[in-house]
Amino acid sequence: MKLGMHRATQDESALLADLRLILGSPQILSDPLELLVYECDAYTLEKKIPSIVVLPNSPFEVAEIVRCCNKHQAPFIPRGAGTNLSGAILPIENAVVISLTRMNQVQQVDLENRRALVEAGCVNIWITNAVRSAGLLYAPDPSSQTACTIGGNVATNSGGPHTLKYGVTTNHVLGLEMVLPDGEIVWLGTTLEGGEETGGLDLRGAVIGSEGMFGIVTRVVVNLSQIPQSWRTLLGVFASVDDASQAVSDIIASGIVPAALEMMDQLITQAVEAAYHFGFPLDAGALLIVELDGLEEGLEQQAMEVERLCKANRATEVRRARTDKERADLWKCRKRAFGAIGRLSPNFLTQDGVVPRSKLPEIMRFIQHTSAEFGLRIPNVFHAGDGNIHPLILYDESNPDEVKRAVQAGNRILERCLELGGSVSGEHGIGVEKADFMEKQFSQPDLDAMRSLRRMFDPLHRCNPHKMFPNGKRCMDFAPRRQISV
Amino acid sequence: MNTDRPGGFLDNRKASACIHCGLCLASCPTYLETGNENLSPRGRIYLMRAMDKGAVPVTEASASAIDTCLGCRACEAACPSGVRYGELLEETREHINRSVPRGWMETLLTKVFIEGILPHPERMEIALTPARWIKAAAMDRFLPAGLREPLAFVDPHRPAQESLPPFSQTARDPSRGTVALVVGCVMDVMFRETHRSTIRLLQRAGFDVVVPEAQGCCGALFAHGGNMAEARRCAAHNLGSFNAPDLKAVVINAAGCGSTLKEYGQLLSNDPRWAPSAMAFSAKARDLSEMIEPECIDWLPPRFGRVTYQDACHLAHAQRITEAPRRLVRHVARGGYVEMSESDVCCGSAGSYNLTQPEMAGRLRRRKIGHILESRADIVVTSNPGCLLQMKAGLESAKNRATQVMHIADFLAAHLPA
Repeated sequence: MKLGMHRATQDESALLADLRLILGSPQILSDPLELLVYECDAYTLEKKIPSIVVLPNSPFEVAEIVRCCNKHQAPFIPRGAGTNLSGAILPIENAVVISLTRMNQVQQVDLENRRALVEAGCVNIWITNAVRSAGLLYAPDPSSQTACTIGGNVATNSGGPHTLKYGVTTNHVLGLEMVLPDGEIVWLGTTLEGGEETGGLDLRGAVIGSEGMFGIVTRVVVNLSQIPQSWRTLLGVFASVDDASQAVSDIIASGIVPAALEMMDQLITQAVEAAYHFGFPLDAGALLIVELDGLEEGLEQQAMEVERLCKANRATEVRRARTDKERADLWKCRKRAFGAIGRLSPNFLTQDGVVPRSKLPEIMRFIQHTSAEFGLRIPNVFHAGDGNIHPLILYDESNPDEVKRAVQAGNRILERCLELGGSVSGEHGIGVEKADFMEKQFSQPDLDAMRSLRRMFDPLHRCNPHKMFPNGKRCMDFAPRRQISV
Repeated sequence: MNTDRPGGFLDNRKASACIHCGLCLASCPTYLETGNENLSPRGRIYLMRAMDKGAVPVTEASASAIDTCLGCRACEAACPSGVRYGELLEETREHINRSVPRGWMETLLTKVFIEGILPHPERMEIALTPARWIKAAAMDRFLPAGLREPLAFVDPHRPAQESLPPFSQTARDPSRGTVALVVGCVMDVMFRETHRSTIRLLQRAGFDVVVPEAQGCCGALFAHGGNMAEARRCAAHNLGSFNAPDLKAVVINAAGCGSTLKEYGQLLSNDPRWAPSAMAFSAKARDLSEMIEPECIDWLPPRFGRVTYQDACHLAHAQRITEAPRRLVRHVARGGYVEMSESDVCCGSAGSYNLTQPEMAGRLRRRKIGHILESRADIVVTSNPGCLLQMKAGLESAKNRATQVMHIADFLAAHLPA
């Protein structure tokens, strides 16, 4: 092969032979050509080709695969749609990638109890599609919800614009089925037939956000919420990020809990406008999207108060979405904003830091400063209401110096988030990208406690190894040696 | 072609627009069916780039992921980054055609049947004759499945071959202008009645309709297979046939051809002789559903049962037209309209795909038929002949004779006073 890729070792051939006893041939990918696209997810700074990719059809097949990997001492990594932004599924150590994408059904809907049983590979939006006609929805709405899977949402405890009011994945997942790293199938939390609460330790809670290190989630019972009776969606136009940030602080301080409170700065607004032609003002320094929802009663007063607070912070204009379509278009622009970056730059590195809301103006100024210092453009689109920033550091991976500067700029921003009393990740997860930051955010005893919890689930560190914790083995330095696909 | 690397065949600017975000995945029919990311837009672009860079050799094996792409372009509609996937696909297919020798069966299929017969109405007429005999004598049941399946598309009765009037005047005074109808190749042989419906609808909407005689195949069959030179030749020929400056629009009732007509400007952009007129032509190209308003269908007979609409990929994804045809169908179906799930997912027809990739085409057809039956629709309306034939054949093999599949022009025209 011209690729100079990994060639199957003897161990791997034996593993492959055993996997062939469990799975049909379209369910096993082992040709280097077919493994290529699995070398990374949406975090493209680090790449590593897995040894084998398997596509199971059932939890039983997953369990068989896991037992087979154990027999051959091969590490394994669960993968959904690969929309992850922190390299949480990078196949370090020639791991076997277990892709859950064929297990993608909404298996049962219980309208009476407002729950659904879905397979791990089910796309987030498909749950809402299946229950919308009953006036229900699945609330967590990550921006990638049209592609990302519920299994991945569980692994990273995903949020989304509307989680400001409705909570993140852990608030909507009642129970889950998981294949433990030794191949045993367990159920944690509520079953479809069970009561709202289960006794004992909340292991379900421990698994959500564990980035695929505790086992392979195969099915999930989710809670369904009622579609709000009414809504108001406002677009505040500000001359500066500073003014918009202050308005965010003031809205939260007033006691109003918007369903969503999002900010876009000028650079991202221009990219989004070029992509979707919504009619955003291109000269605005920052835009705020504020959505209020719930019972019609009292909603208009809240909207007027938000309008007043925006204007008090020098908003030059506050627009309202007048129709369902306008509202849908506005959210489409917001949710697909990351993708619009392709119009500005071939690559981007997004950070996912969190700061106390009152520190938003400060961190935004710091980002602007960092952008100038490193000579890189950094547009911003983020969950302002949560203080969860998403600076998008633009670079070109064919320019090694730019890659290095992008990584440095990202690190600088995260360090500042910590100094301001925040965190290095709000929702994207730690993955390989931010593993080294864990030491800066947590004390050694804290990290040891996390590691020992992980050991309880996976004593041999076979399940998604070298993620989240510092000093993990990295496949390469931040200047990738080989880029298959530039 | 704008290539900036030795051996490179992709336009680098277009190829690097993909940022690997993965938002396209769930829109891709072959990925939905297999869960295999190699058979997703992100996987295919990854492979194209690797081929382009020379990191992956271009062989029959490496080409197979590209071969199985339907070219439905659902990924383009889902892509936030504006990747022009259809163009990348055509560039890659053209390169593969140059580099990979194909087996004789495949060559026969592509060169003789798909490119040699389909785009030529007179040859197709000849080719269809024995097929019609077999069907009319009900002898097809003795054929092996591989031959029986394609025959499902053939209507045993030769449709009335009265030619279309070169000019049809609207009753509306004053007329809203003159439009030209593109009759296409396959469409004109197998669906001439649909053309008549189209003309009647356009007249009803207030347009005079001309059918230029010298027109030929739009070139879509060639372009989708990566035979760009022949596609350009077709385009140039049609530019000559439709060059009347006072034409208000060039109207087409087949979505697959419509998207190609709208892309003539891009197709001929590097040819200074044709580029300006190609741009002007594309600016005038319209799908039928863009030309008529629901209000012009004002005579409504007793209502239908349940009616649903299947998006033609090249209308919904390539031309981004999803609302206009639904508005029309809903208007006529009144309360009977239902939306089926995955109405925007390809049925597997995809031009000549059902001939070159029968396995995946069959899987997607079964998936589609499942959704149609689940919707309990009595009539499925669509905007492209290939989709229509595919769904008809699928319903037939599911032993369903109750559900009708209709082209939108025929469905709507059934509601015009005679």
